[in-house]
Amino acid sequence: MQRRTIHIDESPIRLEKWRQYLPNWLKRFLPSGGGNAEDHHGKGIFGFVVFLLSESIVFLSFILTYVALRLTHTDWLPPGVKGPDLSTFVMINTVILLSSSFVIQPAENALRRNQLNKFRFLWLTTIAMGTYFLVGQGIEWSQLDFGLTTGLVGSTFYVLTGFHGLHVLTGVILQVTMLVRSFIPGNYNKGHFGASVTTLFWHFVDIVWVFLFSLLYLWQA
Amino acid sequence: MTHDSSINTDGELNNSSNESEQNWRRYFSFSTDHKVIGVQYMAMTFMFFLIGGLLAMIIRAELLTPEANVVDRPLYNGLFTMHGTIMIFLWIIPFNAGLANYLVPLMIGARDMAFPLLNAIAFWILPPAGLLLLSSFLLPNGTAQSGWWSYPPISLQVPPGYINGEFIWIVSLILIGISSIMGAINFLTTIFWMRAPGMTFFRMPVFVWSVMSAQLLQLINLPALTGALILLLFDLSLGTQFFKPLENGDPVIYQHLFWFYSHPAVYIMALPAFGIFAEVLPAFARNPLFGYRSVALATLGIALVSIFVWVHHMFTSATPNWMRMTFMVTSMLVAVPTGVKAFAWTATIWRSKLHLETPMLFAMGGATMFIFGGITGVMLAATPFDIHVNNTYFVVGHFHYVVFNTITMAIFAAIYFWFPKITGRMYSEGWGKLHFWLTFIPANITFFSMHPLGLQGMLRRISSYDPQYQGWNIIASLGAFLLGASTLPFIANIVGSWLYGPRAVNNPWHATGLEWITSSPPPRDNFEEIPIVKRPPYDYGDPKYSVLENSNNRD
Repeated sequence: MQRRTIHIDESPIRLEKWRQYLPNWLKRFLPSGGGNAEDHHGKGIFGFVVFLLSESIVFLSFILTYVALRLTHTDWLPPGVKGPDLSTFVMINTVILLSSSFVIQPAENALRRNQLNKFRFLWLTTIAMGTYFLVGQGIEWSQLDFGLTTGLVGSTFYVLTGFHGLHVLTGVILQVTMLVRSFIPGNYNKGHFGASVTTLFWHFVDIVWVFLFSLLYLWQA
Repeated sequence: MTHDSSINTDGELNNSSNESEQNWRRYFSFSTDHKVIGVQYMAMTFMFFLIGGLLAMIIRAELLTPEANVVDRPLYNGLFTMHGTIMIFLWIIPFNAGLANYLVPLMIGARDMAFPLLNAIAFWILPPAGLLLLSSFLLPNGTAQSGWWSYPPISLQVPPGYINGEFIWIVSLILIGISSIMGAINFLTTIFWMRAPGMTFFRMPVFVWSVMSAQLLQLINLPALTGALILLLFDLSLGTQFFKPLENGDPVIYQHLFWFYSHPAVYIMALPAFGIFAEVLPAFARNPLFGYRSVALATLGIALVSIFVWVHHMFTSATPNWMRMTFMVTSMLVAVPTGVKAFAWTATIWRSKLHLETPMLFAMGGATMFIFGGITGVMLAATPFDIHVNNTYFVVGHFHYVVFNTITMAIFAAIYFWFPKITGRMYSEGWGKLHFWLTFIPANITFFSMHPLGLQGMLRRISSYDPQYQGWNIIASLGAFLLGASTLPFIANIVGSWLYGPRAVNNPWHATGLEWITSSPPPRDNFEEIPIVKRPPYDYGDPKYSVLENSNNRD
């Protein structure tokens, strides 16, 4: 269906006058009336971003629960429990995860420029980094001196890191899927929608980890 | 995945042709057509409405006498818990989602929703979740018994055993929540990206504005409930201590998270109802909607204000006074945009010639009842009064005035109003009017009598009460039984008309709006050609724009 010009009549409403005050990035997200139904890529990205918004609210509810409990309890750690330890191991894990954001973005850019081999190499690096983080978190969990039911510290720590780890796992699974898809000829359509969405998701997971790391490790009892 | 699903690939045979329009089997198949999904939503939620109504009948039968003599106490607890849960999470919210599913693409001139496959998945999560919820009646210990709030610690005091009613209740609600979030993503994307050429934001019908605001609330607030339920599930099954007061936890945090969703939830339910009023009243008054732009912005305003009022449900939960004051003020602020809407409805029908068909009766009845429910709402927002009537039948009366007398009336109005569009046939006007009066009068009898009961101090959620309350309770119960009987003419009318009713034309009400310019029922792609919108909505009475059509089934 070709685009037709919109006939503007003498309606009492000045057409979309409020849009001119919006910043450009918001204008892209609030397309004006008409003609966007065919923009599948834009639609998909918009839908995924609002999905991430609702995801962040779940994380926020967990985080606020943690903060509220922590602020109202003077005896945060049960006797004999050290709590989450800010060790070198955790630091390396964090650095690996956060730097993977700066690997996946060039990968997605390379895919947009159709540099498939560069994309695959960087994408594989990202998968390796995510997997490293997951394994490292597992090792860290096994070495901690408290469990899920050890007071509030155990409950909050394992639920927060576990929920985040689940998202890292989801991200890695998505990345593996996209890597496999990049080897199937003709599977990658022009928009590279899956890779863009995976990249967005990965950035989201990293940003969440910044908050979790600050709240769980840097905020020492 | 999302990208592929936005291409209309229907897994069904011959669904592209209009010959299968009358094929009832497609309503039981996995279809990605938003119209089929909308009807599926509405039919399924109506079944749950009947189940929830049946539970209410048992509750009212129990309350006929001061003694607990119909059901035992644990079962009674289960009854009101399931009644609340089913009516909120499986009737009103999904019904509005289904109605919006049917209407929003038609109203904005789109061929389908933005993500048809996600749409279908969002619907098909609901029947298993609902059946899971109902299945807890078969457990040896019965259903969840802690009310639809499911406050800890009372919801954690369940009989031992891994699978219990509370566990099933939480899992089912998480599933329903996931479905709602999918729907919210879909609706917002559809409204922002799929509008026809010329359909600017301020040319959308108010119903679309209402759906947009309500789904924005779903998106922002519902995850908080999901988070709270996940933590509650951990407390219940895995021995964590988030909400256990005896082990350092804090149950009030659950209340905050819960009401952060569940207060906006009543606006998620009410806003589409207000949108329905804004569609129906102008059509039968033959008048443009008064102050369209203000009404549209008031819709958004209600949504935004309602995010910041949740603590008014917790005035008696050891809330500090500064918080009580703050939330008293914000709760009363909701009355401002709501008042804008109420006055706009009044001004719309002001000095116009009313055509009192069934949808109009229901819309006027619902709007009138909303004034009453809203006034008691402002009373309850005042902290001192709320502390006095907290947990009494006054509260029950107030929100039933809103959820039944307003929202369910609006839903009936919507069913009658868009029935010709959805089915291509006309309902029976006489049976419809009978249904209206059988609904309107008993509903008032039932729910009005709850106010004096509450002011006298009868608590909610009790199965036996002091004999002094029996008089009003008998009145309420008799009204409730009449109300239960009133669904029979409705079902007879809908089923009979769908099968044997006279054929309806495209626009039986002479209404404006894009959904009326296609055939009844609409073809698979909604429009022969995507219309170009050149005019504001609700331009009734403008001879330049009125749709000229010979309709011969408006008797």
